[in-house]
Amino acid sequence: MGAILTVQSDAGRRRIEELLQQHEEHVLKRWLEIAATTPGGHTDRGDMTARLTEIYQALRQSFLGSGDTSDLRGLLAELSRSRARQGFAPTETANVVFGLKQAVFELIEGDGDTEGLKGFIWFSRTIDDLGLFTFESYATAREKIILDQAEQLLELSTPVVKLWEGIVAVPLIGTLDSARTQVVMEKLLQTLVETGSEHAVIDITGVPAVDTQVAQHLLKTVVAARLMGAECVISGIRPQIAHTIVTLGIEFGDIVTKASLADALAYTLRQSGVQVTKGRGTRVTVRTEEGD
Amino acid sequence: MTSPGEQLLPINSNGDVVLVRQQVRAVAIQAGLSLVDQTKVVTAASELARNALVYAGGGQVKIEVVRNGVRSGLRLTFSDDGPGIPDIEQALTDGWTTGGGLGLGLSGSRRLVDEFDLQSAPGEGTLVTVTKWSR
Ligand SMILES: Nc1ncnc2c1ncn2[C@@H]1O[C@H](COP(=O)(O)OP(=O)(O)O)[C@@H](O)[C@H]1O
Ligand SMILES: [Mg+2]
Repeated sequence: MGAILTVQSDAGRRRIEELLQQHEEHVLKRWLEIAATTPGGHTDRGDMTARLTEIYQALRQSFLGSGDTSDLRGLLAELSRSRARQGFAPTETANVVFGLKQAVFELIEGDGDTEGLKGFIWFSRTIDDLGLFTFESYATAREKIILDQAEQLLELSTPVVKLWEGIVAVPLIGTLDSARTQVVMEKLLQTLVETGSEHAVIDITGVPAVDTQVAQHLLKTVVAARLMGAECVISGIRPQIAHTIVTLGIEFGDIVTKASLADALAYTLRQSGVQVTKGRGTRVTVRTEEGD
Repeated sequence: MTSPGEQLLPINSNGDVVLVRQQVRAVAIQAGLSLVDQTKVVTAASELARNALVYAGGGQVKIEVVRNGVRSGLRLTFSDDGPGIPDIEQALTDGWTTGGGLGLGLSGSRRLVDEFDLQSAPGEGTLVTVTKWSR
């Protein structure tokens, strides 16, 4: 039984291969037309024609001899990636691939070709696999894009700002996972060098919890900054964080800490020889010492 | 089986550790813990989840709200199938680390919570149960 079925499907398969060869131009043309009716299929006609022609050739190659599908899969993955970048849904990309089934079926149907119909079952399964493969590559491509964007956001969401000549500050906001803390700290050290600053304020007002790992990153940064001749002040340690840090047993040693960013700024200004005096009302006058 | 008041979270990545912290915070609020106590239990959870990730290659945590008369609280059970801890007393010593850390995760967590239980043996994984009661 099994053997007979195999023989039959082999004959059918050969028939499909023949059709794909004999009617290449026609099938390709129909496939392109069908692909163009899928959403986004018409975006760049030239690009699509080139891609589908290549895929068609690679498909035929994979049917010959060894049945190696690596070229074919490479092309399909590339199609997926390019469409993921253009923002198409994965079903739309898979539908472009599935369009080839329709193009081939029309041919068989018109001829009343029984061998072809038998082979079509096999062909259909092959194309389904390829369609699913584009789906998978699409998901992988999207994940990569999202990861890249997350990294960019990470950079953006950790601004190191110059508060004053020689004073930079980094306000830490949100949950500090180790990746983020590391990025922030590296950026801070880099900014210290670039701006030739001698003071840095690390403000943790926006941080919901400080665990030993975050504390270790902070401590290491302070030590590294010192090696570069800069002093760090940590500000914005809220009561619940202070409690927790003390209970954990973390020692900040001789690191200067201030309740608020404003206090830290006033402190670092004084340290760098700038006089800060409270004028009438709430105005603050800042004066740089002469001859400093 | 987990009852409605419980949830089980995996700890297999840094992202999972962040999720554990967020979920512990949410349940701590629900259990009526003060801001200071929320922060303490969230920090302990962060330490224990990271230990499971770093030293055992991953694990899981069960988060549940517990009751004792009128008091409610939060119980966290961290479990992993890692290498286990050969000398528990040593591991609970301030500053002891085999991983280049501050060595305050276990000992500090014990101080941050009301009840702390650590069970571990070489080759048998590690089970840490902590409870924080509302005041
Ligand atoms: N889940 C665990 N499995 C195996 N070993 C652990 C586990 N948790 C902690 N340890 C061991 O206990 C030591 C102390 O842990 P901890 O107090 O959190 O400090 P740190 O993580 O900074 O080393 C670790 O260095 C490690 O050797
Ligand atoms: Mg630890």
